[in-house]
Parts: sequence; structure tokens; C-alpha cells
Amino acid sequence: MGKILGLAVLLSAAAVLAEVPSAMAVRNARVVTVAGSPLAHGTVVWRNGLIEAVGENIAIPPDAWVIEGEGLTVYPGLIDGMSTLGITDESALPLPPAPPPGSGRGSQQQPQQSQPVRGPEDRPMTTSWLKAADLVKSTDTRIAGARNAGFTTAVTFPMRGIFAGQGAVINLAGDRPGKMVVASPVGQFLTFITPNVGSFPGSLMGAFAYVRQIYLDVDHYRMAKQMYAKNPSGMARPDYDRALEGVMESERVLLPAQRVVDIDRMIRFAGELKLKPVLYGVPTGYAAADLLVKSGVPVLVSLKWPARPRDADPDRIDTLKTLRLFEDAPRTPKILAASHVKFGLYSDGITRRTDLWKAVKRAMEAGLSADEAVRAFTLSNAEIFGVADRLGSIEKGKIANLLITNGDLFEENTRVQWVIVDGRKFEPVPEPAPAGDREETR
Amino acid sequence: MRALLGLLIAAGLQLGAQSPILIQNATVLTVTKGTLHTGSVLIREGKIAEVGEKVMAPPGTKVVDANGLFLMPGIIDCHSHIAADSINESGVSVASMVGISDVLNPEAIAIYRALAGGVTTANILHGSADAIGGKCTVIKTRWGKSASELVFEGAKPGIKFALGENPKRRGAVTINAAPPRYPSTRMGVEDVIREAFTEAKAYQKEWNEYRAKAEKGENVLPPRPDLKLEPLVEVLEGKRLVHAHCYRSDEILMLLSVADEFGFKIRTLQHVLEGYKVAKEIAAHGAGASTFADWWAYKVEAFDAIPYNAAVMVRKGVLVSLNSDDAELMRHLNGEAAKMMKYGGLSEDEALSLITINPAKQLEIDNRVGSIEAGKDADLVLYDKHPLSNFAKVQKVFIDGNLYFDREKDLAERPALDAQKKGLIEKQKQDQPKRVGPGSRRPS
Repeated sequence: MGKILGLAVLLSAAAVLAEVPSAMAVRNARVVTVAGSPLAHGTVVWRNGLIEAVGENIAIPPDAWVIEGEGLTVYPGLIDGMSTLGITDESALPLPPAPPPGSGRGSQQQPQQSQPVRGPEDRPMTTSWLKAADLVKSTDTRIAGARNAGFTTAVTFPMRGIFAGQGAVINLAGDRPGKMVVASPVGQFLTFITPNVGSFPGSLMGAFAYVRQIYLDVDHYRMAKQMYAKNPSGMARPDYDRALEGVMESERVLLPAQRVVDIDRMIRFAGELKLKPVLYGVPTGYAAADLLVKSGVPVLVSLKWPARPRDADPDRIDTLKTLRLFEDAPRTPKILAASHVKFGLYSDGITRRTDLWKAVKRAMEAGLSADEAVRAFTLSNAEIFGVADRLGSIEKGKIANLLITNGDLFEENTRVQWVIVDGRKFEPVPEPAPAGDREETR
Repeated sequence: MRALLGLLIAAGLQLGAQSPILIQNATVLTVTKGTLHTGSVLIREGKIAEVGEKVMAPPGTKVVDANGLFLMPGIIDCHSHIAADSINESGVSVASMVGISDVLNPEAIAIYRALAGGVTTANILHGSADAIGGKCTVIKTRWGKSASELVFEGAKPGIKFALGENPKRRGAVTINAAPPRYPSTRMGVEDVIREAFTEAKAYQKEWNEYRAKAEKGENVLPPRPDLKLEPLVEVLEGKRLVHAHCYRSDEILMLLSVADEFGFKIRTLQHVLEGYKVAKEIAAHGAGASTFADWWAYKVEAFDAIPYNAAVMVRKGVLVSLNSDDAELMRHLNGEAAKMMKYGGLSEDEALSLITINPAKQLEIDNRVGSIEAGKDADLVLYDKHPLSNFAKVQKVFIDGNLYFDREKDLAERPALDAQKKGLIEKQKQDQPKRVGPGSRRPS
């Protein structure tokens, strides 16, 4: 009895929390719609989670709650182009980086492998059937932190393995996972890692051979299934293969590319297999604009700019090539923008707002305009993942995902006032202490 | 219109890049057609157009005066592991599904260093961890070009085999959690090769039957394409060259007889340090041998070696080359060739053949490279001294008639690169967040 009562109290509490106005508006604010030119004194009205009106001289419906926008700027909510937000299941998160050689702990941290893999037929490191949409949890504590930085949406992927699984576009609020998912599946996440030395694949070329064989198998599987569906009589039944089913579900594939060599390699590989690729990472994009333009392949640029590690051996002298990479990587967004390469940005695990904005600022110091930076974090990401019809800009009919600040985005003194996700207003929560600070005082 | 103009300009520039080059007054070591003491070579559109004592320079020719210098064909290394991001797929004993071409890395500095050592063509092999290794790729050391532009266009594809200690080593040890792998004996290595080709023959038959049915218009499901077996079928059909890592004479004979039994050819035996013991049999099979001059004793199976190995095999009618298997050795293969004049008394041309025309024949690219003859690719190396001298330094290297290495230019560029590097290091130091030094730590 007590339990039922407690549940009733909880339910009513939830009902109170959920009591949001059906309509809201922000008026007289600078509105950066991304779809068109900014409005100096604009008004945005949203109702039931969708944008109802946007413009300079529009009437605010009488039932709407109003935010006075004087001195504020309204942006479309930022979209993190690639993340694991909402995924808490460790087996779907990327493997921790290998410990440096000689640390003595390596042998314990190596993943255990019970069965040796004899070849591609054993489908090593493949969970292509996993779907982020099925894995996301609204309770992931990182979600509130992402909203602090201005994100209302994230493209989120299972990331462990070679065929890691399929991504989803999720909104960063919602009582239940089902409320968060905007689109699924939006792509198969591939890595070419080979942590299990001594098992197949144990090398980069092994990973390539494996991925190639999988796509050949997909073609064959599809053909066999079609023939069987047409006339099963007298034909051997094709074996059900969940690895191939998973690959078939997502047409778009995310491929890693760090160096120019990788960019070139992945473009050719995707062309050979007739894939629809999106490259991620791409810190050397500044030197590969021609390649990318020619291929028409979109890219997701990591904001974790390559840099000398904080704990690098003080005697280590980087090669000129490495030094140039450190220097030039933040020029990538500007060069891609100038060359009209479709690109978006992603946080790549940077969680604090200040760190993230600082990283964007570095790209801006290297020439990226404020408009280009905003676009790369909103509409471009929506376009890359095929959800630009509902996200990425402030337009009538789109999902009411907004970011309201007291100044220009990514500037040091600008604060996030609110983010609006699916029409619901959220205030920033206190930032956790920076991870690196302790070192600096030691 | 503007686009058309752009195209025209681009075409003009291309033509400009291909303006003829005349290298004159050099000692020309053609390797196959003797030596010209004051010879000239005309390069036109990437090819050797003319070789002789007196060659007329057509108008617009760039002249390189090579007075006192020695010109030889670009060195060909039949066994190298540079320019790739991975070398061994050691998880399986038959790794024919993998290939170097997927992981070529044109940014690898070893390419430039090999180029500076006179190497213009190299056979990039898979490693020797597996009885049947991965597919190989022949490249030209076109430094600065992309991965696909490195590839020696039209060269026949190859595959690596390996016998002896390396492929059986993983049969005895556990790496991380992966249990030992079959095979662990030399007998097992032979068995793995036999089993793989038995499988490949069945696969070949399956496809042939399918094709016959499909031709008759029957609606049948094709067999599943198998990337592991396809290269082996190519070996059976003579479309892919086998380069087999081996040391001991008994194993060499084993492999030759397995190949005879299954009806395929071993194109080259690699390392083949005991080749001198079975040179007649090697020659009878038609296999080439690619060996070291005097590098041995780095493991038990590499002990029974002699520096006369290459020369003995040459005299017994084997097609022999010297290879590097190593990024450092690759930079002075000319010195390795010279050793074969001391050990075994090869002539100058015979010694040079070991690193030029012979490896070209082994890789079946001798119609394109390997000697200075009209019609061949203009892959040429200019030395300041005779290349069979240890004191010879490479001055210029041409590939397809383009200058890829120029010693003077390299030396001239170094100070600017050093300055750039220093500047970046300085900038990096300033950008680093200031740390509070240990001295300022507050007592707790």
C-alpha cells in the first residue's frame, strides 16, 4: 500500500514538473536563424515543441509565456555531430586508449579473447546490429553538461569494435529514451582498430580486408534472400546473419580519417565499395580540401585539436610534420568552408563548455567566421545526417531547439542563458571543475 | 569559356613539364648494353628516347651536364617493407585476404631515403608471419605523390609465402590472450599451404560450374566471393606472382614440389640463404632467387650461409637479385651489389644486374625498367662516382623523367626547414599553459 502511495506521489510530482506552457516566445532578441540573415529585433514563437513563427514583426499569441529578449541572442540549438551521449553501456563505448608501452599494466588491460578468430566468417569485433536508439538513457549525467555548452541535440553512436553499430539523432532532454530519439538509424560507425594482436584482424590491412569481405557478403546475402523470397522451393535457405542485417540497415557509414593518407584511402575505399561515407576526425583537412571537394564526401571535424600531450617527455622533439599539424589543424574548418566542403563539428569527448568554446575559438582565430562556426555546429550537422528538414535552423515547423545567450556564441564572456529542447526551457547547471586544474597547482 | 581556358593552360603546363631532358657527357652504365664512357640519354615524355655517344637535343630540351658523373638505371628492390602502415597480419596462417595496397603510406620518410639511395622501384611485401601471407604491391618511389600514384601501374600482382621459423613461431606462444596458432612445425607449414590450395581449387571449380550454368541462362545463386581464396586462384591461373620467404634447402625443395604438384609457379624465393645447395633445382623450376650479400646468422635457420650464395646461383643459371628487406640497407644496395664482385667474381654488369634488370625480370616489369634502353621508363640515377664504389653518392634521381631527388636542392633547403622547425617549437612553448613550478608549492 505504502509503495503504491509513494508511486502516486512521484507521478503527481512528475506531472507538476511537466507542466510547461504549451506556447512560449522570445521577443526583441537578435535571432540567428542560420536559414537566412539574422534578425536584429526578432521574435520566435514555439508551441508544443515546434517553432510556430519567427520574424521581426509578428504577433505573440495571448497564451504564450514570453521571454524578454533585449540583449539576448537566439541561435538554433547546437548539434554535436558525433558523440556517445546518452549511451552508458560500457560495452558500446570506445575502448580506452592502450597504455603507453612500458607502463607495465598493459597485459591486464588487454581485452580478453576466449575464442581465436579464424577469419572474417567469425565476424570479429562486430556489433553492427546495435542501435544507439535502443541504448540511450535519459539518465546519462553527461546530458545536462552538454546542454550547458549549448547543445540541444547530439548524433550518438555505439563506438566499440570495427562495425560498432548504428547511430541516432537524439534531443538532449526527455523523460524517456523514446522521447529523445529524433531519427534512427542514421549511420553505421566503423573503426579500423585491431587491439587483439594474435587474432584476426591483427593489422590495419586485416581490418580493411575484413570490412571489404563484409560488404561483399552483404551483396551476396541480399541476392540470396531475394532469390529465396521469390521462390524458396528447392533452394537452400540462406543462413540468418545478424552482422549483415545490421550493416544493411544503415546506408550511411562513418569512417575514421586522421592523416591526408587516411582521407585519400577512405575516399577510395568507400568508392570501391559504393558506400555513402562521412569521414570523421580529419584534423588534416586543411591539406586535403581538393580531395574532399572532388569526392563530395562530407566530413565531421573533431574539436580536439592535435597537440603535444601535457605529460610529454620534455626531451621529446617533435618532427616538423607533427609541429605543422599542431599549428595548422585548427585552420581546417576555415579551409573546408572556403572550399565548400560539407563539414560539421563534433565535441569528441570535450565536455566542459569553456574547453569546447575555446576549441571553436581557435578555429575562428584561424579564420572561421562566427556565422560559419554556428552553421557547422547546427544546420551542417543536420544536413549531413539527413535531418535538416526538422533541425538545424530557426524556421517555422522545425523542432523548437534553441540556444539563448547573452552575447556572441563561443566568446569567452558569453553565457548560456537557456537552452530550449523540444520546446522545454532548461537553465545551465554548475560546471564541474576542470580536469586539468589539479595538475597546475601541484 | 573560362573553364576551357583553364584547361588549355593546364594542358600547356603539362606539356611544359614534359619538355625533353638531355643528360649528357656521363658514363652511362646501361647494364644490358654495355657502358658508354661519354654518353648521353635523351628523356622524352617520361621515357628514354635515345641513348648514345652523340645525341641531338631537340629545341626546348633541358640539358643536364653530367660530366664526370655516372648514370645507371634506377635500383629495383625486390623485397622491401617500407611505405606501408602495416606489414603482418599475424592472426591467421593464411592471410591472402589482406593486401599492402590498402595501407600504402606515401608520407613514409623511408620512401624519400630509399629514393636518395637510388631506389626507384620496390616490391612492398607482406611480412613472414604466415605460411601464406598477404598480397604485395610494386611501387615506384614517387615521393610526394598519393598512395595510388606510388603504385607501379600495370605490374603483375604478387603474394607472400613464408616457410620455416617465422610462420611456425606463433604455434608455440600465446600472445595476450590469443592461444597458439597452427602450425607449430615445418610439416605444419607445408600442410597449411596444401590445404589452402586444395580449398582454392574447390573454390575455382565452384565458380567455373556457376559460370557454365549462368551462361546457359540458368537462374542460380553465384558462390560467395571469398577474398582469401581469390588470390590463390589467381596463383593457380598464373595471374599472381609468388614470393616465398625461405632459408633451408630442404624446405625450398618441399615448396617447389608442392607448387609442381598443384600446378603453379614460385616466382621468387626470398632470402634463400641455402640456395647455393639446391641452385640446380631452383633453376629447373624456373624460380628466381632474391638474397642478401652477406647478412645471416640472425636465427638458427639462417646460419648455413655463404657470401658466395648469389654468385653460385648465378653460375647455375638462376635469375638472382639482391634485396634489402630493410629501410636502411635499402639506401645502399649498390654497395651490396659490389660485394658480389669480391665474393664469386661477378663482372661489373653482372653485379649491377642483381639490383636492376634481374629484379625487374623477377617482377616481370623488365619491359619497363631495369636497364638504360630506348623505350624504357626514364628511371635513372646519377652518381658522382662509380656506383659500385662505396664512396659514390647519389646526385640526382629521375623517375618517369621527372626529377624526384636532387642532392643540391635537398642540402640547400635544410636551413629553411630547420628555421621553420625552431620557430614552431618556440611558438609551441609560448602557447603552452604556464605551470606553477614545484618551488611555489604551498606547504600543506
